Amino acid sequence: MDSQGQTILLVEDEPQIRKFLRISLQAQGYRLIEADTGRSGIERCAAEQPALMILDLGLPDMDGQDVIRAVREWSGVPIIVLSVRSGEGEKVLALDNGANDYVTKPFGTAELLARIRALLRQHPEGEPAASEIQVGGLHIDIPARRVTVDGQEIKLTRKEFEILKMLAQNAGRIITHQHMLRELWGPAQTGETHYLRIYIRQLRHKLGDDPANPKYIENEPGVGYRMVPSGA
Amino acid sequence: MTEDQRPAPDALLEAARKEGRGRLKIFLGAFPGVGKTYAMLQSAHARRKEGVDVVVGVAESHGRAETEALLRGLDVLPRKKIAYRGRVFGEMDIDAILWRKPKLAIVDELAHSNVSGSRHEKRWQDVEELLAAGIDVYSTLNIQHLESLNDVVARISKVQVRETVPDSVLELAEEIELVDLPSDDLIQRLREGKVYVPEQVGQAVRHFFSKGNLTALRELALRAAAERVDAQMLDYMRAHAVPGPWPAQDRIMVCVNESPLSKKLVRTARRMAERQRVPWIAVTVETPRHQALGDAARARTEEALRLAESLGGEAVTLHAESRVAEELQAFARKRNVSRLVIGQPRRRRWTGWFQENAARRLLDSDAPFEVTLVPLTEKEAQAAPIQQPLQPEAFQWEDYPWAVVAVGCATLINLAVWQMLPLPNVALVFITAVLVVAIRKGLWPSIFASLLGFISYNFFFTEPYHSLAVFYRHDLFTIVFFLGSAVIVGNLAARLKRQVVAMRTTVKRTEALYDFSRKIAAAATPDDVLWAAVHHVASTLQCRSLVLLPDKGGLGIAAGFPPEDQLSRTDWGAAEWAWDKGQIAGWRSDTLPSAEWLFLPLKTRAGIVGLLGVSFANVQQPLGTEQSRLLHALADQVAVAVERSKLAVDIEEARVLGETEELRAALLSSVSHDLRTPLVSIIGSATSLSAYPGALSAEDQQQLVQTILEESERLNRFVQNLLDMTRLGYGALQPRRDWVDLREISGRAVRQLQRELKDHPVTLELTDDLPMVYLDPVLIEQVLVNLIDNAAKYSRPGTAIAVKAGMADDQVVLQVADQGPGIPEDAREAVFDLFYRVRERDSQIAGTGLGLAICRGIIGAHGGTIRARAGKEGRGTAMEIRLPLADPPRTHEADQKAITAGAGDG
Repeated sequence: MDSQGQTILLVEDEPQIRKFLRISLQAQGYRLIEADTGRSGIERCAAEQPALMILDLGLPDMDGQDVIRAVREWSGVPIIVLSVRSGEGEKVLALDNGANDYVTKPFGTAELLARIRALLRQHPEGEPAASEIQVGGLHIDIPARRVTVDGQEIKLTRKEFEILKMLAQNAGRIITHQHMLRELWGPAQTGETHYLRIYIRQLRHKLGDDPANPKYIENEPGVGYRMVPSGA
Repeated sequence: MTEDQRPAPDALLEAARKEGRGRLKIFLGAFPGVGKTYAMLQSAHARRKEGVDVVVGVAESHGRAETEALLRGLDVLPRKKIAYRGRVFGEMDIDAILWRKPKLAIVDELAHSNVSGSRHEKRWQDVEELLAAGIDVYSTLNIQHLESLNDVVARISKVQVRETVPDSVLELAEEIELVDLPSDDLIQRLREGKVYVPEQVGQAVRHFFSKGNLTALRELALRAAAERVDAQMLDYMRAHAVPGPWPAQDRIMVCVNESPLSKKLVRTARRMAERQRVPWIAVTVETPRHQALGDAARARTEEALRLAESLGGEAVTLHAESRVAEELQAFARKRNVSRLVIGQPRRRRWTGWFQENAARRLLDSDAPFEVTLVPLTEKEAQAAPIQQPLQPEAFQWEDYPWAVVAVGCATLINLAVWQMLPLPNVALVFITAVLVVAIRKGLWPSIFASLLGFISYNFFFTEPYHSLAVFYRHDLFTIVFFLGSAVIVGNLAARLKRQVVAMRTTVKRTEALYDFSRKIAAAATPDDVLWAAVHHVASTLQCRSLVLLPDKGGLGIAAGFPPEDQLSRTDWGAAEWAWDKGQIAGWRSDTLPSAEWLFLPLKTRAGIVGLLGVSFANVQQPLGTEQSRLLHALADQVAVAVERSKLAVDIEEARVLGETEELRAALLSSVSHDLRTPLVSIIGSATSLSAYPGALSAEDQQQLVQTILEESERLNRFVQNLLDMTRLGYGALQPRRDWVDLREISGRAVRQLQRELKDHPVTLELTDDLPMVYLDPVLIEQVLVNLIDNAAKYSRPGTAIAVKAGMADDQVVLQVADQGPGIPEDAREAVFDLFYRVRERDSQIAGTGLGLAICRGIIGAHGGTIRARAGKEGRGTAMEIRLPLADPPRTHEADQKAITAGAGDG
């Protein structure tokens, strides 16, 4: 969890945005390297091997999506995408191309930092996934398939449990609708997002989670779901 | 008075009208052979020597060597060859002259009639066109060809000349040169064979060239020329405001009817008016009786009116039920008429008892008019019977047995009852029978019935019975009076019937016009109007019809019934001429009469808006008077309709333009106000933070930072709304639908507005059984953000805001309710208009006037509705959204089985 010395690559063409991110991130103890074009971003990523990459999708020299694809050819570095509100399709495409999360412009630093923390926490690779997860009053014992909320045991169907497990193991990170459908229902079912809604709804109901003010499962309209990270 | 010294305005107008036009000089002669052409060509040579560009359009030398010698050295245009009935005629090539555009054109024989297939029927019409094109014209004319003198000349010379020129053409002439030759000299020249004898006078040549005739004709020519000189002097005096005694602007009115003598009346009136230099009017009064007359009789009236128009008079048709004389007098008073010209009334005949005689009534009245009676010559009086107003109805045999049957029935009835009733009642039964016959079968059968009744009455019901002898004197009286009253009653009833028939014609015409008005009023687009117009004209007149409208610098067919998109060259020529000159042209008109189509200009006050074209299957048959009148009436209506539809389009364009302007202005003011207000706070707070970092307490600093944050978010929402508005405007805002839980969406919207809602407790009342909705989550969230933001903005701090969702009538109903001042009932629709804001006492509230318009746009794109209502118990505002419900998705049944923790079935 120690952020000391971790290197973050920022690919963004607006000097003003780079400036405030540099100040905010350095204040949090990260080391920041910057690039103002897609091409130099790819080069710096290869040269410096940063722990995380923040990528603006609207770059002057090339499409941000192409930057993601290029990087993903040889690197598994976590990528956070900066996008505008009306670009839901763009966000989903970026996530499909291999980006790990996104932040909608304009954004607050707190939000961005939460995403960065969530991604850096889950890494490095190879670390075994935790067998027990605690989010607020929610406790999940994965091998035992046991779910309790504030000590009360909750009965879940198989699919509900699988959904909860997937979200909990990636707490703080966005999981797209498509990803969940593919993993839990198989590739043929990726169009049937309403199945997912129904299960999420039942799950929330059983967990006592208010959809209007969720404690555990957050909705990202048009993109996917996110488990509220513990301590966030 | 100085007022009087000013030039008379109409005189100046007249002079101005002549500006830009060519000048006409007429070489006027009393008879053929005086040397008009010779004199004209001499003048032409003189002008040519002055350097004037002279072209000879047409000149007839009639083989005379002197004249042909004069033609040499002049630029003579070849004639245009026109084939007609197997012969080739050489006519003046008017297009060649127009193209050549000389200063002066020589056009001989003004009264010449062009061969069929030429552009105009008469040469003087060609000359008018040349003058209009700014070309000066020299022409020749014999006095006998002048329209108003036509009958005088005929009377003198016993030769009726058919080729006539309207007197107004003579008035067009700037200059008249009288070519005179003493009668004896002419006779001498005639003997020497130097005079070309026109075909028309071939037979009567000896009579025509008698000395008495020639002297009379000379006098006429001299007088005509003198009148023109007089008129020119008058023109000059008026144009230059020379004071003097002016003839009062009163008028002469000539009353015409279907009499063949009407034309004579018109010419007489014209001469009187010309002599007195006053305007004149030819008037006819149409009564139902008039309409019952045959087409031929009505055509004669029309001819007389047309003649009046061509002689420079005004032609007016009045309508009256019966009191013709009163109608004429009223009109005369209205138009300041001082003198009436009427024909001598005929001697009364017995049928005349039942008709008023207008002429006699005018003579007898004490109205302040001079009345001029034009007497009939013995011959004319004899020719008059055609004037008999009662057009004898066609004799129909089958009507008479009806009379016999009717009288037979009456007789049988009488035989049954007569002994119980006094004798006069028997007469009443007969009169009833006569009435029935009169109404059903007309005048003559009714008179026949009266005679039969009379005989039957006499035979059966007066002593001695069964004999035509009469025993008592009082019976004699009875039967004589019976006959008298039967005839009168029958006559009246028959007349009534005729009037009903005539009224029906009028009603039919009125109906046709009314029907058309209604159709046009119902037409929504200009195309509909045009189509209704051509369809109506075609069906009313049983013809093909077209409307031509100006189109890209030319004329184009805008509508046709039956649809038509081709016209022959001749027809296009006629159409273009009609369009250029604003006059009727084509089939059977003065211009290009050989065309298949007749084109009428659609004239409105604004000018000519287009042309109406009609074409009849039978090109040989001329238009009837009724049809012609209807056609002109329809053309007037079509003109008004076309203009109206044009105006409607113009107004709509202006309105759209105006609205766009208004929106642009509102957008500008909104952007400048609503972008700048948050920027003022942001820049102010940020400069404070940067300028006095040490002087501010931590709390103050925190507050300034908070302001910057809040205002930035406001700015962000505004920009988002502007973007959405633009996309809505371009139709680019397509919902990206997905299955959505409204509770998620509402929760996110409230969380977005945390700062704005810090003074407003928000309650979310969303029922658990709320179904999933298929919509664009991002856009609906935007709608809720706008609504909740508004609710917070327009209500006092501390008041609650409620967001509710539920089901009603298979629709999802979302509601955002506040406890603010509410929206007045009449503004509840208007708040959704772009840039509308409810006027508030608190003008500090920042709003763009965009939010609700966007909400309506987004909800509309989802097929839903949004409206403003009064809140609970009439307090505050409740914004209500209704969205249609799609089929709710289902889960797989198999997955419904619960697995318990530790059950170990994983």
